Amino acid sequence: MTTPTVTKMSAKEVTRFIIGKEALFILDVRNEDAYQDWKIEGEGIVSINIPYYELLDEIEPALKQLPPEQPVLVVCAKEGSSQFVAEQLAEAGRKDVFYLEGGMKGWSEYLEPVKIADLSQGGELYQFVRMGKGCLSYMIISEGEAAIIDSARMTDAYQQLLADKGAVLTHVMDTHLHADHISGGRTLAAKYDAQYHLPPKDAEEVTFDYTKLVEGSNIVVGKEEIIVQPIYTPGHTIGSTSFIIDDQYLLSGDILFIESIGRPDLAGLAEDWVGDLRETLYARYKQLPEHLMVLPAHFASPSELGEDGRVAGQLGVLYQHNPGLHIHDEEEFRRTVTENLPPQPHAYQDIRKTNMGKLEPDEDTQREMEIGPNRCAVHDN
Amino acid sequence: MSALKVDQVLDCKGLACPMPVVRTKKTLEGLNTGEVLEIMATDRGSVADLQGWAKRTGHQYIGLKESGQVFHHYIRKVDPTELKEAVSYPHTITPEEVKARLSQGEALHIVDVREPAEFAFGHIPGALSIPVGDLDNRLDELDASDSFIIVCRSGYRSDLACQLLEEKGYHKVKNMVHGMNAWDGDILIND
Repeated sequence: MTTPTVTKMSAKEVTRFIIGKEALFILDVRNEDAYQDWKIEGEGIVSINIPYYELLDEIEPALKQLPPEQPVLVVCAKEGSSQFVAEQLAEAGRKDVFYLEGGMKGWSEYLEPVKIADLSQGGELYQFVRMGKGCLSYMIISEGEAAIIDSARMTDAYQQLLADKGAVLTHVMDTHLHADHISGGRTLAAKYDAQYHLPPKDAEEVTFDYTKLVEGSNIVVGKEEIIVQPIYTPGHTIGSTSFIIDDQYLLSGDILFIESIGRPDLAGLAEDWVGDLRETLYARYKQLPEHLMVLPAHFASPSELGEDGRVAGQLGVLYQHNPGLHIHDEEEFRRTVTENLPPQPHAYQDIRKTNMGKLEPDEDTQREMEIGPNRCAVHDN
Repeated sequence: MSALKVDQVLDCKGLACPMPVVRTKKTLEGLNTGEVLEIMATDRGSVADLQGWAKRTGHQYIGLKESGQVFHHYIRKVDPTELKEAVSYPHTITPEEVKARLSQGEALHIVDVREPAEFAFGHIPGALSIPVGDLDNRLDELDASDSFIIVCRSGYRSDLACQLLEEKGYHKVKNMVHGMNAWDGDILIND
């Protein structure tokens, strides 16, 4: 008897299916709670959940539910159980069976680099899409220098691009103190001897040295001056700061997303910050040029992904279509951003403390803290 | 709570899913009904998965203890017939009545015939632990002139225990029907 072959599918390959809106059938074999909480989603993706421990005796119940002519990806938490189930499916004669390399842990950590634009002075702007968690980060490269904004905990993808471009990292910025993921900012700044910039009002309790992000004090990347202009835009956190790059791009952090707006409750001060959030969205951003391309720090739904995987939208268009920018009554706005919010992200308080330098969990714990979906928007898609 | 009495220990430390569940299933097949297996695992995923597997198969997930990086799971092999609650011993008492009598300060002789691990994870305060399998050898701890209330998880093992006690000359014995499953009074957990 020949051993049936099953093939690993990498997070990068799964990303191709999602961006290309191609059909992929997922058999998720994690336990029901884990699946309900968080799963791989995409316009061409159909998924079902049968925990692997229900398939130990016979694979038949799963086999019956698989579509006949379509690749099937088996997914679990870390890889082992999906490989186990995929092999049983293949043994039972099922063709076109794959399992997810690294499981949902690997999925949570994968970053897809997307080039957003060439900048006016010859520089480049990249967006890194963290598919599994909906986090977005950015790199600006110009004349051998680079800046990274809202870095993820995993820094390999940035280091790879820096090496490919022969660039040296000179600045690292976070738009705000993150509550949903652990920032790679400190790690990167230390490794490249770069300056780490944080909004001072979010950084009052941090235990390490940083440079204050202040309006009017622009950051320059490269000799030709790619100007990064900080604008104070409180609301998601009291320090939240946006950046305008090259007069074209508005990095909005967790204030404004493509299909939603930021939630003000993750630092425990929802009621206090409602007014700030409204002022930022309905007054400060309104004064900015409509042609700016909004590049947020998150997306919540695969429908926000553009054709090459980018997450971006023109400010003027968002003012027409984003429901969060159409709540004219102040009281209704207050209710929208403070009541019936999606559950708060896993371990968000410990994540905030880690980003302040107050907790130093080991890598496995950090990974565990980040598991699950992103929930920084008021609308849960 | 250290070193709970169990019938077998399965070491799954260092193993990733699905192996802790696969090994548990195989090991439990070799145990007798009612015996308790302790599974030591380091994979955090084993917690939800072993509980899910036990729920699905009908085995009893007794409880979980963490020590350092190790999860200690306690699972009792359940015989499907036990779930039927085929009660035949005629003298019974309801959990509500036991609770009411205790709350009035009555000193009751309660004998809990579940396994030590089950007892450790929650029992009626003051209950004496004698697993049903040990009962025959420990009758000297029970005075036949006293009244006893016998308790288990569902009322099935206690029913068997009551029958055994009756044969041995204990005539003031009551089976607490539905067992700890139906108990909503105080419980004591051993640390």
